[in-house]
Amino acid sequence: MDDSGYGSKSDDSNPRQPWLGCCIENEKLIIPMKILVVDDEQDIQPLFQQRFRKEIRKGEIDFAFAHSGEEALQFLENNNQEAVLILSDINMPGMSGLDLLGKIKKEYNAPPPVVMMITAYGDTENYNTAMELGADDFITKPVDFKELKEKINTL
Amino acid sequence: MNIIQQEKNLDAEQKDAVFKLLKAADKEIEILSFKLDRTEKVKRTTGILLEETIEELEQKRKNVEESHDALKKSLEELKAAQVQLIHAEKMASLGELTAGIAHEIQNPLNFVKNFAEVNAELIEELKEEIENGDLEEVKAIANDIADNETKIIHHGLRADGIVKGMLQHSRTVSNEKEPTDINALADEYLRLSYHGLRAKDKSFNADFKTEFDESLPKINVVPQDIGRVLLNLINNAFYAVAEKQKLQQENYKPLVVIRTKKLKDKIEISVKDNGNGIPTGVKEKIFQPFFTTKPTGEGTGLGLSMSYDIITKGHGGDLKVKTEEGIGTEFIIVIPQPSTGS
Repeated sequence: MDDSGYGSKSDDSNPRQPWLGCCIENEKLIIPMKILVVDDEQDIQPLFQQRFRKEIRKGEIDFAFAHSGEEALQFLENNNQEAVLILSDINMPGMSGLDLLGKIKKEYNAPPPVVMMITAYGDTENYNTAMELGADDFITKPVDFKELKEKINTL
Repeated sequence: MNIIQQEKNLDAEQKDAVFKLLKAADKEIEILSFKLDRTEKVKRTTGILLEETIEELEQKRKNVEESHDALKKSLEELKAAQVQLIHAEKMASLGELTAGIAHEIQNPLNFVKNFAEVNAELIEELKEEIENGDLEEVKAIANDIADNETKIIHHGLRADGIVKGMLQHSRTVSNEKEPTDINALADEYLRLSYHGLRAKDKSFNADFKTEFDESLPKINVVPQDIGRVLLNLINNAFYAVAEKQKLQQENYKPLVVIRTKKLKDKIEISVKDNGNGIPTGVKEKIFQPFFTTKPTGEGTGLGLSMSYDIITKGHGGDLKVKTEEGIGTEFIIVIPQPSTGS
């Protein structure tokens, strides 16, 4: 119901839950890669969870979700900047993805997380601004998950 | 004279008097005949003048008739122009909506595509798990597929609703009143407006909030018309905060709040911004047709006057404005709602 996307009071999808612990598979310790997805569309969460179901099950990737730029910053603060990769939408009410990108790149630098921008508008203006602000990649919606997986694997 | 001369009964003195009288009468007749002659002349002149005047009047009557016809024609043309203007205003606001609509349709379509792809993958996995005989996993995957189907339908309907709304918005014929979920309508137009402005101006950003009264019953209104009013007020609100944002004040957070409230025998919809407010001199004019503070070409100046007509004439309600310079503006739509205990 709360599709409004602004400062969503999430109930079933609490993005502030602590990271899940590590997993042991084949007697080998696998540290999951921590990815924070920021998008005001609520259904992004089940979509990512399903597209990466294998990776999540194997403990390779651990996702967290934030539904606004403000929520994302709060999350980073509460979790000691644990996310190594942040995938953020640009077009969100309140703090935009570009604002968030600028803040992250300015304030989190030990080490700076990789930030990929995801947007419905693949225009050069957004692209240039994102690159100027230090974005590591720029992906247009609809997300090509195959491509995204490859990008994540090469991190 | 001779008759008098020959009259034996009259003495000379009497005859003399009669002569005098006769002469005087003669003179009198002469004068009268002269006067009559003059009067005749005057009469003739007057007749001519009268004729001329009648002719002139006839000409004037014709002129009046002609100008009346011309005025009637102008009025008809004005009425036609008004209809066209209303249509143009609808189309202009539709144009403003285009980017928002594109975004609002693109997003659900992306979800439809993405969830359909996920399901294709899941079906492959499902087959594998059936081969493996892992019934638990088969059940789990089947449930996921079912969930995704629900999402595909939901997002499909979302796009469908936007397209339908867009078509209704552009319709020229007057529409019927129907029970309408005002909260959903306000939410839809809030999004369209926001995404439209975002797409048009990348530097624009503002926060928005909804404070909906969940107990709001369905209200009998023309949804397209109320939608147009909402769109207009919301666009104005975002415009106001964007203008203030351009002033680059410290700590300014642009915010637009839509609130609905059920009162005893009416409902209220409020669109509030924390922009620069409306100066007093301007406030009196905002509902006048063609009044706009926007640069030429950016506003038709018809938005608020048409909104006012829709609310007052179309729905028997009221459109009020509260504003404070430097603080912001709030437009309040009041629509009467007979308390039938619905």
